[in-house]
Amino acid sequence: MAKTQVSMKVNGKNVEGLVEPRTLLIHFLREDLKITGPHIGCDTSHCGACTVDLNGKSVKSCTLFAVQAMGAEVMTIEGVANADGTLHALQEGFREMHGLQCGFCTPGMITRAYRLLKENPKPTEEEIRYGISGNLCRCTGYQNIVKAIQYAAAKLAGVPFQEAAE
Amino acid sequence: MNEMTKEKRGEALQGMGCSRRRVEDARFIQGKGNYVDDLSLPGMLHGDFTRSPHAHARIIKIDTTKAKAIPGVLAVLTAADLKPLNLHYMPTLAGDVQAVLAEDKVLYQNQEVAFVVATDRYAAADGAEAVEVEYEALPVVIDPFKAMAPNAPVLREDLKGKTEGGRGPRKHHNHIFNWQAGDAAATDAAFKKAEVTIKEMIVYPRCHPCPLETCQCVASFDKIKGELTVWGTFQAPHVIRTVASLISKIPEHKIHVIAPDIGGGFGNKVGAYSGYICAIVASIVTGVPVKWVEDRIENLSTTAFARDFHMQMEIAATKDGKVTGLRCYTVADHGAFDACANATKWPAGLFSIISGSYDFPVAHVSVDGVYTNKAPGGVAYRCSFRVTEAAYCIERAMDILAQKLKMDPADLRAKNLIRREQFPYKSAFGWEYDSGDYQTALKKAMDTVGYRKLREEQKKKQEAFKRGETRELMGIGLAFFTEIVGAGPSRACDILGIAMFDSAEIRIHPTGSAICRLGTKSQGQGHETTYAQIVATELGLPADNITVEEGNTDTAPYGLGTYGSRSTPVSGAATAMACRKIKAKAQMIAAHDLEVHDDDLEWDVDRFRVKGNPERFKTMTELAWAAYHQVPPGMEPGLEAVNYYDPPNFTFPFGAYICVLDIDVDTGVSKVRRFYALDDCGTRINPMIIEGQIHGGLTEAFAIAMGQEIHYDEQGNCTTASLLDYFLPTAVETPKWETDWTTTPSPHHPIGAKGVGESPNVGGVPCFSNAVNDAFAFLGSTHIAMPHDHWRTWMAADKLGLHG
Repeated sequence: MAKTQVSMKVNGKNVEGLVEPRTLLIHFLREDLKITGPHIGCDTSHCGACTVDLNGKSVKSCTLFAVQAMGAEVMTIEGVANADGTLHALQEGFREMHGLQCGFCTPGMITRAYRLLKENPKPTEEEIRYGISGNLCRCTGYQNIVKAIQYAAAKLAGVPFQEAAE
Repeated sequence: MNEMTKEKRGEALQGMGCSRRRVEDARFIQGKGNYVDDLSLPGMLHGDFTRSPHAHARIIKIDTTKAKAIPGVLAVLTAADLKPLNLHYMPTLAGDVQAVLAEDKVLYQNQEVAFVVATDRYAAADGAEAVEVEYEALPVVIDPFKAMAPNAPVLREDLKGKTEGGRGPRKHHNHIFNWQAGDAAATDAAFKKAEVTIKEMIVYPRCHPCPLETCQCVASFDKIKGELTVWGTFQAPHVIRTVASLISKIPEHKIHVIAPDIGGGFGNKVGAYSGYICAIVASIVTGVPVKWVEDRIENLSTTAFARDFHMQMEIAATKDGKVTGLRCYTVADHGAFDACANATKWPAGLFSIISGSYDFPVAHVSVDGVYTNKAPGGVAYRCSFRVTEAAYCIERAMDILAQKLKMDPADLRAKNLIRREQFPYKSAFGWEYDSGDYQTALKKAMDTVGYRKLREEQKKKQEAFKRGETRELMGIGLAFFTEIVGAGPSRACDILGIAMFDSAEIRIHPTGSAICRLGTKSQGQGHETTYAQIVATELGLPADNITVEEGNTDTAPYGLGTYGSRSTPVSGAATAMACRKIKAKAQMIAAHDLEVHDDDLEWDVDRFRVKGNPERFKTMTELAWAAYHQVPPGMEPGLEAVNYYDPPNFTFPFGAYICVLDIDVDTGVSKVRRFYALDDCGTRINPMIIEGQIHGGLTEAFAIAMGQEIHYDEQGNCTTASLLDYFLPTAVETPKWETDWTTTPSPHHPIGAKGVGESPNVGGVPCFSNAVNDAFAFLGSTHIAMPHDHWRTWMAADKLGLHG
């Protein structure tokens, strides 16, 4: 199949490649760019393991063609850490609150939570649960993921983290 | 080091009992996990399957011409290519064979028919689409009861005339085995004498473990060395190596099986699948690595369903609620091939744990396995072999009995629970329960949730409902489960003749750090963290200085893998035992260095010290150095040990769960108000990880009880093969979990641990189902079948005439 030139910015770096028009963004990231943080869990945009940030919005990169990301700014889990290389508050939160087990949903979950906290820096528990409802996790039961996001929200706001009353 | 108190020294180790943060998280939170599909090798090809649209059909013709003409397609394998290699069938774990690629017939929808190998996954998919297969449709058998009708179509023509199957005699052409346990005559006698009996058909629907990462592998055959390397999503890498060697005739030392990070397993990744065999053959044929990655539809419709047990359950009791007998006749739908993941002697797994937590004097079970036009599998979806089916059945039945006796379900349970002084307790089926304190656990659970008050509230709501003041019903679900996990012992359990022990190999480095290698394989359970905690406590070395490695068959000692909550009960025990060998040697070195007798030393957190003279000691770190530099005369240098642990018995974790929910009878929508889970898993290694395991297992239990079903229509179409139709709860539906515990160590386990990962699935499913059933019980309903999704719950309400 004839190939098309694509170029975009991924995690702050300009990248380009030749792809088939049908090549999905997730495959361009994982197979051409070897950015393997985002995962494929369902192929049908239900599970959210492939979530990346595209021009300031969370998208499921298994449901977007690479050519649709032409000229876009894409951020994956590999681009979430702070500029000085330290862990982002979310990454720290997921570790501290035991917000992950097998780790397969984690890159998509953290990338989604990153955008959620940009959109709503002080989410309630209910807002967090709705905010991550496009991302499935089979291991944690979400309770500690919610806590991890609350931990990060508190840290980013510079206030002490208090576990929400159960 | 002296200035630190004993407590501080203990804390610094981060050993057992502390909520140590997980070692594996550093890579996962930064997108640096190493999963199978992340692997890319030079020249690697991709494989994809052409699958059958029919559930039962004869293959008239397969034409691969068009597929081979697609750019990028290099080869197409069919059964005709595999047959000369004797690889068109593979042995299953259950003594049956399974078609790798269908030869004459397809027996379930999406069965593998051809394997297309191409330069990339898109071309492989194009090729799979272009393979032309001509079918002649045959009558389809979906209902396991109809499968046993005298005139039912013959499904397995390859078994024609065979009256002896892999698990004993077959009484019908679609029959696989009959298995029985307990005392039939004594049980029948108890039922004849019974004052009260109940009988109910309890169906545990077919469902699927559905880990977020599907099954996948990369096979790479090196023609020069004659060696095969397979990276794959394997819960049991050594077993895969042995099976691969037996099937392929490649010597086992020339096969390297590597299970890297695994994105969840829950039983889905125990077995061997056609994709693995085809990728291996394709790599041998093409001489380059071949990757096979399942998509979600393939995963849900072909690799490893769970449950599908149809249980006719009976309990006999006295009028005042003392159980006197249990009888259960089960039909187990195994699909088209018997690929159940059970230990060899147990075709229905450990289903005879069905007497549960109760003191039944006599009991009997009989299970018939049958073939149908459904996908093979029969794995334990986050439970030990068929234990969740048993726990669901007994816990549902106890509620039905309570209803008949007009007793509170908690009181009926309390009356029949095995008492503390009865342990070790021999069940009517012959299991020896190792330890338990059931009454304490039940009481703690009931007190914590305020059980009696909840019942009062429910009564008021029921009266209000009858008066038409509310359209909401309140359900209180209770489950008191006992699990049986940690297989072996080897005298009872083997897989394909390999005894179910497990292993640990520990090597202490001169500077006092260490590597610990195991035969198990984490799929998210946090083994890299918890095994190091066992070593830390046993040897007094900081957990941070201990690397835990699993999944590489070249370096790990032989083991049977991770499933059935067996890692901590078996490999955890092996770890402790290996540590104790190391400690014994270290003690001799310490005695030599301190110029005292071995017996004059005592262990103190991280050191051996001279009894009565604590200022004279050698730390384990010092002894590690000494082991490589100045061992006593005649002693071998070095400090390492391996242990293959064959457990003397299973372990029997238990728990008391309570669920409170409210159901809107007009919409069928249920809302979980509260879920309380008390678990007793014996000694607790990492409370944070235990709590996480319970959260996850409860969420799976919620999914199973409230919505999951792998459903087939009359034509054998699998109608639930995507995440649109197969229920995986999001953060919105998932209830909040309250966890609690008691601690009753296992007396036969070196550190008293029992295993925990699967308890919440085993106990959670009946708890949810009992809550839904309890909501309707006062209206005369005895049993509403799972899954309790909104539609079915609305239907149940409708059937009871609640919609006017």
